[in-house]
Amino acid sequence: MSIYPPDKVWWKPIDREEKIWLVIALIWLSFTFFLMPVLHVYGRQNPPALSYRVTPERFEALSNEFIEKYRVLGSDGQPVAINGVPVVHPQPGGDAYIVARAWSWQPILELEKGKPYRIHLSSLDFQHGFSIYPLNMNFMAIPGEDYILRITPTSSGEFSILCNEYCGIGHHTMVGKLIVR
Amino acid sequence: MAEQGFRTCSVTGLKVHLPAERLIKANAVTAIIFIAIGGAAALLAALTRWPAVHLLGPEWFYRVLTAHGFDMLIVWIIFFEIAALYLGSAVLLSVRIAAPLVGWVAYILMLGGAVLVNIMVLAGKSDVLFTSYPPLMAHPLFYLGVILFAVGALIGVALFFATLYKARKEKTYTHQSFPLVTFGLFAAACIAVTTLLHGAGIYIPTLLWSLGIIHDIDPSAYRLVWWGLGHSSQQINVTAMISVWYLIGALSVGMKPINEKLCRTAFVLYILFIDVASEHHLLVDPVFGNAHKIWNTGYVMHLAVLASMIHALAVPAGIEVALRKQGYTKGLFEWFKMAPWGNPAFSATVWSIFIFGFLAGITGVVFGNEQINMTAHNTWRITGHFHATVVGGTTIAFMGVTYYILPLIFRRQIWALSLARIQPWLYGIGITMLSASMMLAGAYGIPRRHWDIANFGGSPFAFAWDPTVYIWLGVFGIAALLAVAGGIIYVAVSAGTLLWGKKVE
Ligand code: HEM
Ligand SMILES: [Cu+2]
Ligand SMILES: [Cu+2]
Repeated sequence: MSIYPPDKVWWKPIDREEKIWLVIALIWLSFTFFLMPVLHVYGRQNPPALSYRVTPERFEALSNEFIEKYRVLGSDGQPVAINGVPVVHPQPGGDAYIVARAWSWQPILELEKGKPYRIHLSSLDFQHGFSIYPLNMNFMAIPGEDYILRITPTSSGEFSILCNEYCGIGHHTMVGKLIVR
Repeated sequence: MAEQGFRTCSVTGLKVHLPAERLIKANAVTAIIFIAIGGAAALLAALTRWPAVHLLGPEWFYRVLTAHGFDMLIVWIIFFEIAALYLGSAVLLSVRIAAPLVGWVAYILMLGGAVLVNIMVLAGKSDVLFTSYPPLMAHPLFYLGVILFAVGALIGVALFFATLYKARKEKTYTHQSFPLVTFGLFAAACIAVTTLLHGAGIYIPTLLWSLGIIHDIDPSAYRLVWWGLGHSSQQINVTAMISVWYLIGALSVGMKPINEKLCRTAFVLYILFIDVASEHHLLVDPVFGNAHKIWNTGYVMHLAVLASMIHALAVPAGIEVALRKQGYTKGLFEWFKMAPWGNPAFSATVWSIFIFGFLAGITGVVFGNEQINMTAHNTWRITGHFHATVVGGTTIAFMGVTYYILPLIFRRQIWALSLARIQPWLYGIGITMLSASMMLAGAYGIPRRHWDIANFGGSPFAFAWDPTVYIWLGVFGIAALLAVAGGIIYVAVSAGTLLWGKKVE
C-alpha cells in the first residue's frame, strides 16, 4: 500500500496497460508540443514579443507629440474629443500610441481597416490590462516597458478597451474606445 | 508496551509520535479556521460579482478579494500542507519528529504572518490584491506578514527533511525507499523550497521599497519573480494533492500503486520540469521574446504534464485493482458501483480526480498555449481554470483526507457523518459549475478582479456585453452558493467532530 514502504524489489517492468497509456500520452503531448511553434509560424495571430525599455516620462512625451500631430479636426477646425478624450488618426503603416494611466485610456485611435499599425502600449503609473471588446484580446500595459503591438484591423466598427488588471480603487471605471473605419 | 512518547495506531499499525501529532493537529485546525475566513470572503466576493446581487461597494470588494486570495491560496493550503508533511514523515515512517520545538517556531511564524496580513488588509491599508503588483503599494507590515509566513513555511519544510533523515538514520522503515505517499510529499517539499525562496526573493526587496529604503521595484521583473512563487506554489499543491490521492486510496480501499517505479518517476518529473512553466503568466507581457515564451511554457512544461498523465491512469487503476481484489469482479464496472461511496474521503477523492483531470488540467494546457492565452489572460477563463485546479482538485482532496485525520489523528468519530457524506458532492458540484461558468463568461472577455462589469462605475465609455454572459453569471451565482454551502458543512463537521465527536480509543 502506498502508505507503507514498497516491497523489497519494486523496480519492476511496466505493465502492458500502462505502457499503452504512456504511448498515448506521449503521442498526445508531442502533438500539443509541436502545436505551439507550428501555430506560431502558420497561425494568423501571435502574441507580440517586441518591447523596449522606456521611462514613463519619455513615453508620455512621445505620446503627447503623437496626439498633437495626428489629432482629428472637426468641420469647425477644432480638435475632436469624445468624453474629453482626443480622437487621433495615425498614419497607416506608422506608429500609434495607447497610454494607460489610472484610470483612463488615451487617446481614442481611429484606424483604417486593412492597414498595418505599430501600436505602442505602456502605462504611466500602475500595471494595467489592455483588453479589447468584443474581440477579447488581452495584453499587459506595464510601466517601464514600451510594448509594440503590430496589428492590422480586419473588421470595422467601434471597440471598447477595458482594463483587466487591478490598478486601484477606480480600476473598474477604466474604459476607453478604439475606432476602425 | 509502546515506546515512550508514542502510541500505536489501531487502524494502520503505525507508531505515532505524540509531539508530531500535536503539531499536525495545530496546523490542521489553523488551516480549517482560515478556510472559514477565506470562505466568508468568497461568499462576499461572489455575491458582489453576481450582477443580480452586487452586494459590496468597490473598496470592500477589492479588500475581501485580497483576503480571499491570500487566506485560501496561501494560508489554508500551506497550513494544511505542513500538517500533511508532518504526517507523511513522522507518522508514516513511525519516527520521532526531528525537533518539535522548531515545528512550533514555524507554526507561530506562519500564524503571526497570516494574522498580520489579514489585519493590514481588513484595516484597509493594503488594497493590492494578493499579487501585490508594484507600483501599487501596501503597508510595510503586509509584506512583512507575507515574509514571516514564507519563512515559517520554509522552516516547516526543513523540519520535514530533517525528520526523513532521522528515519533513514534510525532505520525506522524497512527496505530501501519511503512509502509512495512520503515520496510524493518529498517531491512537493523540494518544489516548496524553490517556491518559498522566490517568495523571499521578491517580498524582501518589496518590503524595503515600501519602507523607502529601495527606490524602485521594476514592475516586469517583479512579475517574473513573483510568479516563481505564485505559480510554483500551485505545483506544490498538485504534487501534494496527488500524494493525498494515494494516501486516501490506501486507507479507503487498500490501494497499491500498480507500478512503484512509474509513479515515483512521475513525481521526479514534477521536481525537474514544473518550475519553468510559471512563465505562462507572462505570455502577453512585454520583455520576453516568442522563442523564450514558447520554450518555457510549451516545451519543458510537457514533461510535467506527462507526470500528471501517468498519475491520471495510476490512481484510478490502482483503485480498480484493489476493489477487484476485494471480489468485485463482475463486468467492467462492478468495482465502481461497489466502491465505498459512503466514505466521504473516497467520494471527495473521486471528485478531486474528476475535476482536476477533466476541467483543470485540460484547460490549463489549452490556456497555456501562446495564441489562446491572448484570449484568456486576465479574463474569468483564468479564474475558472484555477478554481478547478486548486479548489476542485487540491482543496477537495484535502477536505477528503480531513475525514481520515479526524478519526486517526484527533481520534474522534466524525460528527454528523450523513452531512459529511453529502459534503464532497455539494462542494464538487458547486465548484464544477462555478469554474465552468466562470470560464464560459470569460470566453466573452468578462474580466477578473472587476467590481462593476454592468456599469463600469458610471464611466462615460461604458458598453454592453453580449447578453449571453448574464446567463453564465447567473449560473456562477448559484454555483457559488452551492460551493459555499459545501464549505460551511466541511467546517461545521470538522468543528463538530472536535467538540462533540465520540472519542476513539
Ligand atoms: C466556496 C468556494 C469559493 C468561491 C465561491 C469562490 C469565489 C471566488 C470569486 C467570486 C473570486 C473573485 C473573482 C474575480 O473577481 O475575479 C475568487 C477569486 C479567487 N479565488 Fe476563490 N472561491 C472559492 C474558493 C476558493 C478556494 C478554496 C481557493 C484556494 C484554495 C480560492 C482561490 C481564489 C483565488 C486565488 C482568487 C483570485 C483572487 C484575485 O484575483 O486576486 N477560491 N474566488
Ligand atoms: Cu487600469
Ligand atoms: Cu485596472
